[in-house]
Amino acid sequence: MLPQSNLLIMARIARGREEHLRALLATMNQRPGFADPENPLLPFGRFGRLHVARFVILKDPTPDDLSVYGLPTRSFAPTLAFMADCDGSADELLAQLVALCEAGLRSIFSHCDGFSASNDLLDWMRQHRARPAAAYVNWVGRTVRQIREEAALYGAVSAYLDANGRALAVESPQRIRRQLMDFVEAEKRAGRVVLNPSEPTPVGWRIRNLLNLIAIPLVLLMASPLLILYLPAFLWLLRRKETRDPEVLPRPQPAHRSVIAALEDNDVTNPYIVLGYLKPGWFRLSTVIFLLWIVDYGARHIYNRGHLGRVQTIHFARWVFLNDRRQMFFASNYDGSLDSYMDDFINKVAWGLNLLFSNGVGYPRTDWLLVGGASDEQKFKYYLFRHQLPVQVWYKAYPGLTSFDLMRNSRLREGIERSSMTDYEIREWLNLL
Amino acid sequence: MAQSTVTDHAALRFGAPEFEDIQGIARFGYGNLTSACFYLLRIADLALAREWLRNAPVSNAVARNPPPETALQVAFSVDGLRALGMVPAVLEGFSAEFLSGMAGEEARSRRLGDIGTNSPGTWRWGAGSVPHLLVMTYATPARFELWKRELTGSLWDRAFSKLEELTTSDMGGREPFGFVDGISQPIFDWERRLELQNVEAEYRNLTMLGELLLGYPNEYGKYTDRPVLEPSADPDALLPPAEDRPNTRDLGRNGTYVVFRDLRQDVRCFWQFLAAEARAANRTPQALAEAMVGRTIEGDPLVPWGENDVLADELPDESRRNQFTFNRDPEGVHCPFGAHIRRANPRTADVPPGTDSALKRLVQTLGLAPQRARDDVIASARFHRILRRGREYGTALSSDDALQPGSEGEERGLRFLCLNANIARQFEFVQNAWIMSTKFGGLTEESDPLLGNREAIAGSRLSGAFSLCRGDGVRHRLRGLPQFVTVRGGGYFFLPGLRALKYLASRV
Repeated sequence: MLPQSNLLIMARIARGREEHLRALLATMNQRPGFADPENPLLPFGRFGRLHVARFVILKDPTPDDLSVYGLPTRSFAPTLAFMADCDGSADELLAQLVALCEAGLRSIFSHCDGFSASNDLLDWMRQHRARPAAAYVNWVGRTVRQIREEAALYGAVSAYLDANGRALAVESPQRIRRQLMDFVEAEKRAGRVVLNPSEPTPVGWRIRNLLNLIAIPLVLLMASPLLILYLPAFLWLLRRKETRDPEVLPRPQPAHRSVIAALEDNDVTNPYIVLGYLKPGWFRLSTVIFLLWIVDYGARHIYNRGHLGRVQTIHFARWVFLNDRRQMFFASNYDGSLDSYMDDFINKVAWGLNLLFSNGVGYPRTDWLLVGGASDEQKFKYYLFRHQLPVQVWYKAYPGLTSFDLMRNSRLREGIERSSMTDYEIREWLNLL
Repeated sequence: MAQSTVTDHAALRFGAPEFEDIQGIARFGYGNLTSACFYLLRIADLALAREWLRNAPVSNAVARNPPPETALQVAFSVDGLRALGMVPAVLEGFSAEFLSGMAGEEARSRRLGDIGTNSPGTWRWGAGSVPHLLVMTYATPARFELWKRELTGSLWDRAFSKLEELTTSDMGGREPFGFVDGISQPIFDWERRLELQNVEAEYRNLTMLGELLLGYPNEYGKYTDRPVLEPSADPDALLPPAEDRPNTRDLGRNGTYVVFRDLRQDVRCFWQFLAAEARAANRTPQALAEAMVGRTIEGDPLVPWGENDVLADELPDESRRNQFTFNRDPEGVHCPFGAHIRRANPRTADVPPGTDSALKRLVQTLGLAPQRARDDVIASARFHRILRRGREYGTALSSDDALQPGSEGEERGLRFLCLNANIARQFEFVQNAWIMSTKFGGLTEESDPLLGNREAIAGSRLSGAFSLCRGDGVRHRLRGLPQFVTVRGGGYFFLPGLRALKYLASRV
């Protein structure tokens, strides 16, 4: 199993260069916001291990929100972020990017502070690499190659079923499966279907993952006396703040929403990013750091098989601190349209959203960190709309495929490769196809 | 139990329903008024338009016995409200979708499936020529012509210019393909007896009033945003106070949004396609059509009916044809997953079936419950209900006649109208995520068998498929479904309460 990793490069945009950068990024697209996989600056499609990638200009949409705490507006210079999710090591991806697209990357990053022609590009990008506080992968170990091979398998089997369904339907489940296996075998021999075995799990990753699995509960256990001591104070402070923290929930500007909507729904999957201030003070910061630490653990060890909580539509996501941890962003790649994504959030994981997002300035009021908040549907949508940023360039290696499709295709393959299945299992399996 | 309970104390808390302030279409389909016509108008003379509106005998929702022989309803587009002189500060209180309009943004058209032959550029109305007013007239056949003459006198002629006069026809409760229509409807909680639960573990047709009317709590227990005015903006105190903000005036209360889509149905194409496919599917054309709809041609759902599938005391007169869920058909054996009624209302609860104990609920909430692939894929239905009030147009064509060769000389179809309080969360969601999506419920390469636009999406071989599941083996797929329904026009309108209408008509 080859695990996925993420790459994040962030650099301040040089003064006066933002508009030129926007124009340059736009040349990478085949439709507004939707990357041409063969664009000359960074031909994403040539990187066989790359799942999704984006360039986004992180420009605070709500710079004045701190004023509700009586604090002066701190305007942070816009930052260019490049994000990628890939199979295997992100260091390797970075090296490949530089090796293949040095000129394109240089022309992009030349719009950033501290970049000059004399810089070593790889060094410079490494220096500007940032780590997310938490990251989520829909299915740890599912590679781009596997996704493409299995999509081709589904296409072949689906066409076979279309052509032979009537003859097959009278057969017993075992015989149907046998025939499908024989068909796939023939397709493989003819080279039309390729199903490579999964790559070996890197030993280093396995050890690190195991250590992480054990170490974090251990640390929690050791710290538990302190945490329990802190709990009453935590709850007292939390309630005090929850009842006083101001909401900032004006109706979002229609123009802001329109600009972003114009970039959406080019594919069954969409990129998403929201950015905002954390509520000031050590209390919220320490709370969110702790919670993200837990979320990262959960994503690594529990929610690594197709769903984050009850939400099954997210391919990749990450939570990132920026600007000295005064701000945070959440970026994801989700299936469907924005409204259905938000409804999914609200109806399925409002509690999880509240845990993290309620530490952001202006969030709808929560109770005990879990209740309220996102379940105030309209306020919550306003909050997200206001904080959402347009994604200038977005790439996905498998257009047209949702996370459900990927899961179904993997199950199809499993059913072909397993040594035996019961009639009941075969029936369920066929029903998915 | 997390199933909703209804209480009888509500009347004391809220008072009786304000039927005299609600336009009747929100409560009645005017089934006995089989003649109807929809006028799309632009305001030619503001003062005269206001005068007409002030004197128009707009019908309210009070039940009468015998029922009236005529009805009139009036709704406004955002351009219409502007033309009436509504100031931007008030206008901004309406929802973003309404302000932008059905054809206002390319992104919206993409979401609604209004691309290709459905794209607004090809519409008869609603894209280039946007109406100000939608005037809906209904009457018994005997009274209809006279009723129209009464309404459209010389004042009308001077006040408005007519963009369209959209006729309708009475097809006896069937839509043009021949199916009994209009069965699945939400039932609104007029008496406000419903006590919302945080998690509704059962599907119900009974729906919070705020999903239909502005000014009342919705399925989240919240008041949907709408224009709420300072008292100074309503000097004659025409408007009711806002329930959630007592010191303000509620322009939205008892009003709702009307979504209008003019849909042309190609009946010949529909039945001829099915006749051609029937042999391969080993079914009759009618059986195939019924699988695509999810109901028999007479309107009975294809899923087995079970006692207590839906909140019990909902409505004594409620037909069994609306009291079912798909829980008894989890594999889509009886009613295909992609059938029209399963897409338009999947009858899902907030949690998958069987989540009945507190422990199961917790495990489910954390996303740790073992489940089958499709168990938790479709959103909860109660946030996405619409009240349909459409009417057919054109002459009926029976399935037999449709199979005869002949040119489609005459248009027929549906003037689809639906009412909802939140266009984005209700109509647009249903249209986008359920009807048009080629990924609905884990399906692939197929959109709604009736309404789908068959536009290709990246990464798929086909887009016009329809899967019939046999449950005991291999699916049968129809392929190459033509586009049976084409959008010819459309728009979003605000249907005000009657006090709000008076307010709109009287502003200087």
